[in-house]
Amino acid sequence: MDALLLSRIQFAFTIGFHILWPTFSIGIACYVACLSGLWWRTQRTVYRDLMRFWSRIFAMGFGMGVITGVVLSYEIGTNWAGYSRAVSNVIGPLFMYEVLTAFFLEAGFIGIMLFGEGRVSRGVHFFACCMVALGTLFSATWIIATNSWMQTPAGAVADAQGIFHVTDWWQVIFTPSFPYRLMHMVCASFLTGAFVVAGVSAFHLWQRRHLRTARTAFSMAMWAALVLAPAQIMIGDMHGRNTLEYQPTKLAAMEGLWDTGKGVPAVLFAWPDMDEARNRFAVEVPHLASLYLTHSWDGEVQGLKAVPASDRPYVPIVFFAFRIMAGIGIALLATAITGLVLRLRGRLYETRWFQTVAMAVTPLGFVAVIAGWTVTEAGRQPFVVYGLMRTADAVAPVSAGAVSATLIAFFLIYNVLLLTFFWFGARTVLKGPEGEPAHEAWRARPGPDRSAVGLATNPSLQTPQSGFQPAPGE
Amino acid sequence: MDLPLLFALVAAGAVVIYVLADGFDLGVGILFLFAPRDADRDMMMASVEPVWDGNETWLVMGGTLLLAAFPAAYYVLLPALYLPVVFMLFALIGRGIAFAFRLQTVRFRVVWDVVFAGGSALAVFCQGLILGGLIGGIPMQDGMYAGGAFSCLTFLGVLCGAGLVGGYALLGAGWLIWKTDGATQVFAREIAHAALILTMGMMVLVSGWTALTEPEVARRWFEGWHLLYLAPIPLLTLGVAAGLWKSLWSEWEVGPFLLAIALFLLGFSGLVISLWPYVVPWQVTLWDGASDPQTLGFAVFGVVLVLPMVLAYQAHAYWVFRGKTRHLDAYGTQ
Ligand code: HDD
Ligand code: HEM
Ligand code: HEM
Repeated sequence: MDALLLSRIQFAFTIGFHILWPTFSIGIACYVACLSGLWWRTQRTVYRDLMRFWSRIFAMGFGMGVITGVVLSYEIGTNWAGYSRAVSNVIGPLFMYEVLTAFFLEAGFIGIMLFGEGRVSRGVHFFACCMVALGTLFSATWIIATNSWMQTPAGAVADAQGIFHVTDWWQVIFTPSFPYRLMHMVCASFLTGAFVVAGVSAFHLWQRRHLRTARTAFSMAMWAALVLAPAQIMIGDMHGRNTLEYQPTKLAAMEGLWDTGKGVPAVLFAWPDMDEARNRFAVEVPHLASLYLTHSWDGEVQGLKAVPASDRPYVPIVFFAFRIMAGIGIALLATAITGLVLRLRGRLYETRWFQTVAMAVTPLGFVAVIAGWTVTEAGRQPFVVYGLMRTADAVAPVSAGAVSATLIAFFLIYNVLLLTFFWFGARTVLKGPEGEPAHEAWRARPGPDRSAVGLATNPSLQTPQSGFQPAPGE
Repeated sequence: MDLPLLFALVAAGAVVIYVLADGFDLGVGILFLFAPRDADRDMMMASVEPVWDGNETWLVMGGTLLLAAFPAAYYVLLPALYLPVVFMLFALIGRGIAFAFRLQTVRFRVVWDVVFAGGSALAVFCQGLILGGLIGGIPMQDGMYAGGAFSCLTFLGVLCGAGLVGGYALLGAGWLIWKTDGATQVFAREIAHAALILTMGMMVLVSGWTALTEPEVARRWFEGWHLLYLAPIPLLTLGVAAGLWKSLWSEWEVGPFLLAIALFLLGFSGLVISLWPYVVPWQVTLWDGASDPQTLGFAVFGVVLVLPMVLAYQAHAYWVFRGKTRHLDAYGTQ
């Protein structure tokens, strides 16, 4: 394998692993902020206990997000030097603003959010939680702006050497696909977060433990899902129509559509054959794709054959990833509606089969997020900047050997990380909101206490002064 | 206004803040296994836990500043330094994750202790390799890196690595003397001696070796009367080191930390004298490597308007956790 393919695999793997944690952090940060606010205003301890419980889990996910993210910001240089050389004028400042406005904001307040409850008042704690949540949203905004520029580039021109120069910053940031992609991603994070909360509380309900907190959380999460699931599908629909306009080839790959035509069918299932440029085993619904893409019975949709074969993405990946995502969207909507029905009948907290369902759908949001990004990124191929720069020109002058070594190491390390996260995450969940604080383990194992050693040289040190300062609100 | 120059100053500032801020928490990691008791380790980790994330963010800031303002440095240096950079990232992953998980376990805490200490030390050592590779110069062709995967690994890099491990450990010890008390503080006072000796020894070796092997650096320091007006830097360094040694057992608890910072600043100014004005040493100057004026013009708002705010609330975060570290500054204490 050459350095290009290896770098693509390494990047896809590391960023695909990274995106799981932002999805989680964005959703749960907002949930914790909301709980902190409720605890501050209502003084109900159920909110406090939930807040502490979820910030423990949040801390782990956030940590994973930070360390995998730091890797990415350097990988763009280590593995995609050709890319950074060409587009640094455009994306450099966007990354810089992400650090300045988002990462520092998160980092500046995460300490207070996680460790500061005993040192600051409830209002200040709420404020810190809001700042962390806001930081995750800012971060999403900048990084999605960057990615959207690669999908639907605007406001910059390339010179003869292929270096891009910005003509209009407004256009660079607000590219045509940016608003849809941002909304779709943020909504995806909230939706995924809602189902994580629902799944964990369903587990507690199912175990018949922690009933007080589990009911509250389950109810909150199911209300949120009821709003977010349909919203996500609506945004996805708008997103798709935007793609039809600006990245028709990608859209044709998502739909598995080879020939341009009017009144095109929706392909429910098929095996897209790249060599023969046609679908095998197709199951289709006539006119449906025209209907949802153009909102007219006979609307025209461009097919893959409109561009030469060398400009087409690898269709099966895009095609199936899209179906996985959309299928999950519908499954989550169905779950949310079932929850409403049970709630109206007053059986939301007691129906055991529904608790099993809620636990089962917990990971689906993450699967949909990965599938969605696969659609977006693989559908952009063979370009790294859509229509303007090919992925093959993006690679860095690194040796294939070095990349394979690091790729294997990433693979091992990330899998260990994931297992560790599940291990400790599961323990925290098992212990539940009303268990003892996570660090019951302060029982220090004994060792030589050497506080006397050397102090003789300086008598004034024999009474170690403590700079202990009571903080406000204690 | 000379925007590339402004950004060079900001980037230098970001590197300094990174080295000092992440320096002490990496240093605490380096010292971790040397501490005699588990209670010391708990205390050491608690003392940096609320702030390490913000400190590490300066590393990200450095990377993105290069990408935004000096792309040439970004896309030449990173492939050139591929292995040490990626292994530094692996090491940072390990130690970062130890923060999240160490406290959650009793039986396997030792494992996390080793991960935390090993990750910290490896990350710092890789930074030394990077520094050494940088001083040694980067081979380039057609505006891209043109060397092999291992050409950045040099003897100088190993010396720099050992020096940085010592220096960060010194910062970490200074931080612990300031932020803890009792047995943990005594431990920090003791170990600081070793760290200081290692740092000073390596500083001398690195300076000597560079002067011998890098003619460009030697010229800057020794040509004509240069040494005469550059002499204050090494002299001051010696003075600070002596003061630091004396302060280790004094009542001035913040002293060792401040003096360690001074030591780093002096070392950094020596580095700037040796490398200025190159962003890729001996190949690309900061004016040649800068990005478009309209890109810098857009980025400058962030530097002028947002950066001061960032500094303000970072300072605030330190203020909230002022005073000696308390054991229970951990998750959701009542
Ligand atoms: C939709 C959102 C989103 C997307 C597409 C990405 N990230 Fe991310 N990133 C976040 C949302 C986020 C976040 C929510 O803000 C994180 C997750 C947890 C956290 O600490 O912040 C984060 C953390 C994070 C960090 C650590 C920040 C710190 O030190 O605190 C870095 C350096 C990056 N990311 C860099 C990247 C790069 C280079 C990406 C793409 C190439 C990328 N992220 C995709
Ligand atoms: C979290 C969001 C993202 C995910 C999950 C994601 C996922 C992917 C995947 C799966 C690939 C491999 C595609 C292939 O090789 O077929 C890829 C490639 C790439 N992406 Fe993204 N991406 C994301 C955001 C971004 C952003 C924000 C940037 C820009 C700065 C970016 C830049 C690239 C580059 C440079 C490549 C390599 C070239 C290529 O193969 O296209 N990605 N990404
Ligand atoms: C039936 C429902 C859905 C539809 C119609 C839909 C539509 C789309 C479309 C058209 C894209 C590709 C946009 C492009 O790159 O041009 C996309 C991407 C994406 N989808 Fe969906 N989606 C649906 C459900 C979901 C769900 C449930 C999730 C996650 C919980 C999700 C997460 C994503 C993500 C993360 C991306 C990549 C980022 C982006 O380009 O926005 N989607 N979606």
